[in-house]
Amino acid sequence: MVERPDFEDIPGTTVFTAQRSRQGFHLNQFCMSLMKPQNRARFKADERAYLDEWPLTEAQKAAVLARDYNAAIAEGGNIYFLAKIFATDGKSFADAAANMTGMTPEAYREMMLHGGRSPEGNRSIKEGR
Amino acid sequence: MARITAGVTTSHVPAIGVAIDRGETTTDYWAPLFAGYEWSRKWMAENLPDVVVLVYNDHASNFSLEVIPTFAIGCAESYQVADEGFGPRPVPEVPGHADLSCHLAEQLILEEFDLTVVNRLDVDHGLTVPLSLLFGQPEVWPVRVVPIAVNVVQYPQPTGRRCYELGKAIGRAVTSFPEDLNVQVWGTGGMSHQLQGPRAGLINPAFDNAFLDRIIDDPEGLTHIAHLEYLREAGSEGVELIMWLIMRGALGERVTPLHRFYHVPASNTAVGHLVLEAG
Ligand SMILES: [Fe+2]
Repeated sequence: MVERPDFEDIPGTTVFTAQRSRQGFHLNQFCMSLMKPQNRARFKADERAYLDEWPLTEAQKAAVLARDYNAAIAEGGNIYFLAKIFATDGKSFADAAANMTGMTPEAYREMMLHGGRSPEGNRSIKEGR
Repeated sequence: MARITAGVTTSHVPAIGVAIDRGETTTDYWAPLFAGYEWSRKWMAENLPDVVVLVYNDHASNFSLEVIPTFAIGCAESYQVADEGFGPRPVPEVPGHADLSCHLAEQLILEEFDLTVVNRLDVDHGLTVPLSLLFGQPEVWPVRVVPIAVNVVQYPQPTGRRCYELGKAIGRAVTSFPEDLNVQVWGTGGMSHQLQGPRAGLINPAFDNAFLDRIIDDPEGLTHIAHLEYLREAGSEGVELIMWLIMRGALGERVTPLHRFYHVPASNTAVGHLVLEAG
């Protein structure tokens, strides 16, 4: 058997495994429905009503309504699927990344212009490197 | 006989496509990025291949969570541009080369690389942004494309070694195609970037530059990089770099680097770009 690496040891990172894919199946499928303009229009008109058409958990719906992407990932969401929500909002990957790092979009953009987040101290929790 | 003449690697950041589509390529933010592709666009115009075997990943555009093929090959006459949530990019549909695709599918599966055959495939920024970077904004794309889609979204992604070996098999399969075709192989995605969670924005120039060095003259060594190391060093989305190994495997033992470019940032991502001549 091949041991699964200790992904929990990577700071601030969620690895999208087959188990998470199961957990987030309906959440991610809902996201993909937003690739159709008519579905985007219906979602924008009444987000709650559109979400209620999908068999999502209350926590998943709350994460979507709050645009809390860290919470959505904790509930099985994957960023490439969640991208359909922020694309519908007219937002970019950088805006969503700022959301998940707790930074303002301006501060996040500034960090990226200065070379991004260093891997120093961000590789391993246990090894502190 | 078909022959592989060159390889290209490039990141495929969606924001680059947006900048091109909105005519923002000369802004202070974007000009340095596009300057790094100027040489390549001129070279490409003078060395236009008939077909590009374009290795990319779908970003939840064509493949939902219903079916997740590890490796897939498009075998269609043409590929429509996906609507990723803000309408399709205003770029031409992508012409395929169905005969070469079918030949590759047959040869690769008989060589025990069990690719999923896809007869209808909508392509997203992973495939169209590299075309825009190398060809600009033509009315019609000047090449035909054989798309090879790799799962990098859900763990486990294929190993770097498997990708490199698949690339070698693609090299053999292309050269056994009877028609006289000039073929390039492109490997897209990367370099270091993380789009999710509190660690988003991770960039690792040391890792990236070593990868650029080694993809040229030590691709075998790169096949030993495990998933965990990509995740730690290059960010959760940096694992896309395994797709460069498919390109490199297809080019054969020796390559001559013609152009190299590295730039930070394009949105959240470190951009790396190489043009490699086969032999
Ligand atoms: Fe990508």
